[in-house]
Amino acid sequence: MAVPKRRMSRSNTRSRRANWKAAPVTTSACPQCRSPKLPHAACGVCGTYKGRQILDV
Amino acid sequence: MPQPTKGARLGGSPAHQRLMLANLATSLFRHGKITTTEAKARRLRPYAERLVTFAKRGDLASRRRAIARMTDRDVTHDLFDEIAQRYTNREGGYTRIVKIGPRKGDNAPMAVIELVEELAEAPAPKRKKATRKAAKAEAVEALAGGDDETVPATTTEAAADDAKAEAEAEADESDTAEESGDKADDK
Repeated sequence: MAVPKRRMSRSNTRSRRANWKAAPVTTSACPQCRSPKLPHAACGVCGTYKGRQILDV
Repeated sequence: MPQPTKGARLGGSPAHQRLMLANLATSLFRHGKITTTEAKARRLRPYAERLVTFAKRGDLASRRRAIARMTDRDVTHDLFDEIAQRYTNREGGYTRIVKIGPRKGDNAPMAVIELVEELAEAPAPKRKKATRKAAKAEAVEALAGGDDETVPATTTEAAADDAKAEAEAEADESDTAEESGDKADDK
């Protein structure tokens, strides 16, 4: 089995991990209540999708 | 070659998967609307719509097949007696899936699957192949009979137009050629 020959330096580890970034979630405005919601999903605030009440609020 | 089932594999074994789909379908027909993961909803949709088709057929063989695919006989009978009547005007598409975002805890994408509402009037009947063929035959007859004179006339006109257009195009080309020649001379 292949194993690392050298210990990786703290700097190398940290510079590798510096690229682990969280991306913001894409949202779209709810046509009913204008609050941000996930695209192609029911709005969590007013519970509607395409003019239909999907969730009980 | 065996064709794999579309969608996610649910549960651990085929038996587990069958039972899970049967339970989901039973819950859906009992409550009319259930919240589940998106993968399960996507697997359930064709399964449940198949059951509605059985219910609309309504004979004993269909009833037995539906009972074998659900876990509660009472719900099956409700499906055959009540739900099937609601969908006499529909030709499929008896369920609706709406995504509602990820679940808290394991971030699983969740969805609501529900039975759609009744359709007030039947949709316009789709054109059958036979009627389409008949319409085509009629059109051909109309063209062939009676309009013998007009057809050649239009073709000759079209030919004349084409000739005119070609002449114009040639003229344009010659103009441009002359212009370019002039430019060359200027240089």
